[in-house]
Amino acid sequence: MSYSANYSGATAKNLNGNFNTVKKKGSFSIGKGILYIFLSLLAVVCALPFYFMIINSTHSSADIAQKFLLLPGLDFLDNYNRMIKLVPIWTGFFNSLVIATCATVLSGYFGALTSFGFAKYKFKGKEFLFAIVLASLIVPQQIALVGFYKVVSSIHLMNNRAALVIPAIASASVVFFVRYYIQSAVSDSVMESARMDGCGEFRIFNSIILPMIVPSLATMSIFTFIGSWNSYLLPLFILSDQNKYTVPLMTALSKGVYQNDYGAVYACIAISMMPIIVVFSFCSK
Amino acid sequence: MLNKLRAGDKYGQYGYIFIAPFFLVLAIFTIFPMCYSLYLSLTSWDGSTVAPKIVGFANYVDLLKDDTFRQAVANTLIIWLSNVAPQMICAIGLAAILTDKYTEIKGKGFFRAIYYLPNLVTMASVGLLFYYILDWQSGSLNFLLVKIHVFKEPFNWLQDPTATRGAISFTLWWMWFGYSMIIFMAGIKAIPEDLFEAAHVDGANRMQTFLNITIPGIKGSIMYNCVTSVIGGLTMFDIPYVLTNGVGSPLDKGLTIVNYMYNMTFKNYNFGYGATIYAGMFVIVLIFVAIAFKMLDKNLATN
Repeated sequence: MSYSANYSGATAKNLNGNFNTVKKKGSFSIGKGILYIFLSLLAVVCALPFYFMIINSTHSSADIAQKFLLLPGLDFLDNYNRMIKLVPIWTGFFNSLVIATCATVLSGYFGALTSFGFAKYKFKGKEFLFAIVLASLIVPQQIALVGFYKVVSSIHLMNNRAALVIPAIASASVVFFVRYYIQSAVSDSVMESARMDGCGEFRIFNSIILPMIVPSLATMSIFTFIGSWNSYLLPLFILSDQNKYTVPLMTALSKGVYQNDYGAVYACIAISMMPIIVVFSFCSK
Repeated sequence: MLNKLRAGDKYGQYGYIFIAPFFLVLAIFTIFPMCYSLYLSLTSWDGSTVAPKIVGFANYVDLLKDDTFRQAVANTLIIWLSNVAPQMICAIGLAAILTDKYTEIKGKGFFRAIYYLPNLVTMASVGLLFYYILDWQSGSLNFLLVKIHVFKEPFNWLQDPTATRGAISFTLWWMWFGYSMIIFMAGIKAIPEDLFEAAHVDGANRMQTFLNITIPGIKGSIMYNCVTSVIGGLTMFDIPYVLTNGVGSPLDKGLTIVNYMYNMTFKNYNFGYGATIYAGMFVIVLIFVAIAFKMLDKNLATN
């Protein structure tokens, strides 16, 4: 109660409030300090590999092999020029962008269409079919690699980027999330009034439903895009032509061709990660 | 009433039309490959134009006797457990700290963003980056540890079995704890605010609030993270593949199940046996998913 003297003019309520803040600040400062140290250490652990990557990409391979480097150097362009000779990373970006964009658009459109079918129509076997969708969400289907190889090679899509895009049509997670969104966000009366106005079912979907569910589709699309962009296993065995390689394959390629040319490899890794880091640092604000 | 029913039937066909593309693609690219893999597991095939030769259950008999397969399963489980446990603990703790309104942490947004950042970058690039940072002679980590006198001389991380597994676990932890944290934070935000306020008014300390309100409140998120980590963990490929040069070195101690299957199929061209490894992994995943769901049921029942 020794604080009361300082706040003699304050109302009881204010006094109580002030007293609490003072007490809080006093008794938690040590715990809070430890907390900050812990949080900051963890942040350093998260950032340090990126820092090493950026610093090392600006030094010559000889320096990287011999010294501990903490400050940026001047050799980034040298490293980059050596790297770009054998690793066409920008072609990789183009390929990744095309594949991820197509996959995202397909999974978004057909995922929404499928969700709409499940959410708004009554038909026989609906729940059974939806159970199949759920099951395909749980079982690791992407890795039925041997059978996938058989299908892709028998329809002559080996070494074809389309083989990485078309399967996105059956994207179970989109259907799982968007179905419930449509059920709660789109009322039956919207569809009935559209039908009264002579709107066909496809047009109802394309011009009424699709715009309504954009928010939930957009969220799912970000995940689809990142997933497709980062995919490594499928492109690794489908694509054999270097001009069709995606970014992850290009990065892995740099290790193959520049085993001990550390500067070139670090430059390649840095460039492969840069777009995502840049986009993220803008978006997180 | 009758009209409405009839209307439902009339439009019902559109339901089939709308879901048809999805199921067509699912059948071609998922269901058929799975069935075909099962068929191939009963055959011997080198992937050439020569038709697969049926050998019955010979591959399965081999699989049960295969020490490398057993090693791969053990590796996968060890690496998975040793990164999932710390990942969950870390993520739940951080989520509780960063969402607690009675602890005024400055820069919450910054911490959240930086913890989540590793999850966004390409796994293959992350694997490669750690491969070079952990390098024996030129890796930044050894330089750092020698410089601050933790080590006297550089340690060859990726030639030591335990250190290799540790490196894979650490890399996966580094990539995923931020993601789990975001899921848990969403879970905590869904808990009604007044529960926390009531606990605060009643004088509960942070630990009591955490154990009695936060943890029961995010059981759903915990289960979601468990199930996705079972599937993701048992099928891990990218990071172990890159860190162990694709062969699971040293001494197969870093070889995961998918890595083994990939090598058997696309490097040794033993498609039949590769399919059998897939079938074996499928059974293991199902067992673990069933356990996870059993636990989920139990938790829901007790709530």
